[in-house]
Amino acid sequence: MSVLIYAEQEQGVFRKQSLEAASYASAWAQAQGTSAEAVVFGHADSDSLAQYGIRKLHQINEDQSERFEAHSHARAIAKIAKESGAKLVVLGASANAQSLAPLLAVHLDAAYVSGVVAMPEASAPMTFKRAVFTNKGFSQTEVSSEVAIISLSANAYGLHPNPVSCSNEEISFPELNAQAKTTPGLIDKAQGKISIADAEIVVSAGRGLKGPENWGMIEELAQVLGGATACSKPVSDLGWRPHSEHVGQTGKPVASNLYIAVGISGAIQHLAGVSASKTKVVINTDPEAPFFKAADYGIVGDAFEVVPQLIEKIKAFKSQNA
Amino acid sequence: MKILVCISNVPDTTAKINFKDNDTQFDTQGVPFVINPNDEFGLTRAMWFKEQNGAKVDVATVGDASVEATLRKALAIGADEAYRIDTPALDGIQVAKELAALVKDNGYDLVIAGRESIDYNGGMVPGIMAGILGYSFVHKCIELQIDGQTATAVREIDGGKETLTAQLPLVIGGQKGLVEEKDLKIPNMRGIMMARQKTLQVLPGIQAKPMTRDVHFAKPAARNQTTMISKDNLDELIEKLHTEAKVI
Repeated sequence: MSVLIYAEQEQGVFRKQSLEAASYASAWAQAQGTSAEAVVFGHADSDSLAQYGIRKLHQINEDQSERFEAHSHARAIAKIAKESGAKLVVLGASANAQSLAPLLAVHLDAAYVSGVVAMPEASAPMTFKRAVFTNKGFSQTEVSSEVAIISLSANAYGLHPNPVSCSNEEISFPELNAQAKTTPGLIDKAQGKISIADAEIVVSAGRGLKGPENWGMIEELAQVLGGATACSKPVSDLGWRPHSEHVGQTGKPVASNLYIAVGISGAIQHLAGVSASKTKVVINTDPEAPFFKAADYGIVGDAFEVVPQLIEKIKAFKSQNA
Repeated sequence: MKILVCISNVPDTTAKINFKDNDTQFDTQGVPFVINPNDEFGLTRAMWFKEQNGAKVDVATVGDASVEATLRKALAIGADEAYRIDTPALDGIQVAKELAALVKDNGYDLVIAGRESIDYNGGMVPGIMAGILGYSFVHKCIELQIDGQTATAVREIDGGKETLTAQLPLVIGGQKGLVEEKDLKIPNMRGIMMARQKTLQVLPGIQAKPMTRDVHFAKPAARNQTTMISKDNLDELIEKLHTEAKVI
């Protein structure tokens, strides 16, 4: 019996989501008197996982195994989950995790519970708190299958160091490529930019910015804060910014620690999509903008005056506190 | 080419969400229902395949008679036939198993479902179908072209996108990008009239069992008061973000 996590790495470094999954899995494993293990595709150093309580890392090192493919990776994880007797498989909320989790559920005849935000409330049956109705509500979801697969909402459970020693095991899975159903091709990814999924700080702007040519200051604010940029739905529909930046009910959910909304009035669909963010700052010229009611800190003012000043002040703050 | 678009009947995006019966049920009273937005992008994309290649497009949903209005809307948009699997939708696994059984019976080259429904946010129906059927699978699909038996798809990844090729049959988890919001097809009067003549078949289904149950619902906790800060005092904002919120 074990608790297994799907650990995702980029250039040998585990993603924060995976360290959160490790924190979660090791805490639950401890409560159940079992141990937490991880599976990774490609080479990565297990040290950082050991810091969060993972005792065994299964490394799959076939040709091309670092390149994600949903069907074949789900097969490989299913095999390891069966061999280690996993009763719970924990994934992050990444695009890859979300693609393979349902396939894994089929292979393991397991329930899949997505958007989990807290430790299980009960173990028999396992019961998970998850976000529903795009964060307009929460459900306690009871699982009736023997094995459960969950994906964690980002930044909800958090990182909880729990250093242990971790053993590495190289796994041979020669049928990996034969199990693939798709052929991955070109990846188009901005280098050196933080994705919304990984960001702890998100700077988002709306139609109040008047045009795409004014996004320089939003990019700069995000850069000085070490965050990602995002936008409202009208902005993406107008083609001012790519769809991948659209946050809200039909776009991406945001669960950052800090969300700064500039010139976004706060439609209900947008508020739902960002409500899992812990601290929200709203900058808007209109004191009646509905977003102020959902904000922690509000500034009534013109973005073109406030944002450049804020950039300078944060730069000064960062250099003092560096 | 035969296409199935799986439709979920969901509360309108602007709907207020309330729970009833000691917070064990979603309260549907007074809530307007719509085609799940993620499914709607897929439905319009399917209509384009119909216009370009003469594809036949069916739509299906799982639920009681109350979901038929949403299926009729899909027919009015241009779908050829509709199927309603006559059993309450209990969880994503049960719904996916019911739909996969329909796909096996009818044989489709392309199955489109939304990446998630905006009510229960399970995000599993397309993936479970692909797993059961052993079909190629592209989740969070934002572009799709089909040439003969080969599909070229683009999926969203964290911080970018990836192009993939796959052989039919294929299941996709669709979302905005498959078509643009401005291109979404809406029913016109002729479509609505024609929809009345089209077949809406009610099927008994396979009595698939769910694996999860929502035992209790809650609304998010009441949030803190908003602290208003003068635009001439941004130092106060930085101070509060640092010492109070501890986020910078």
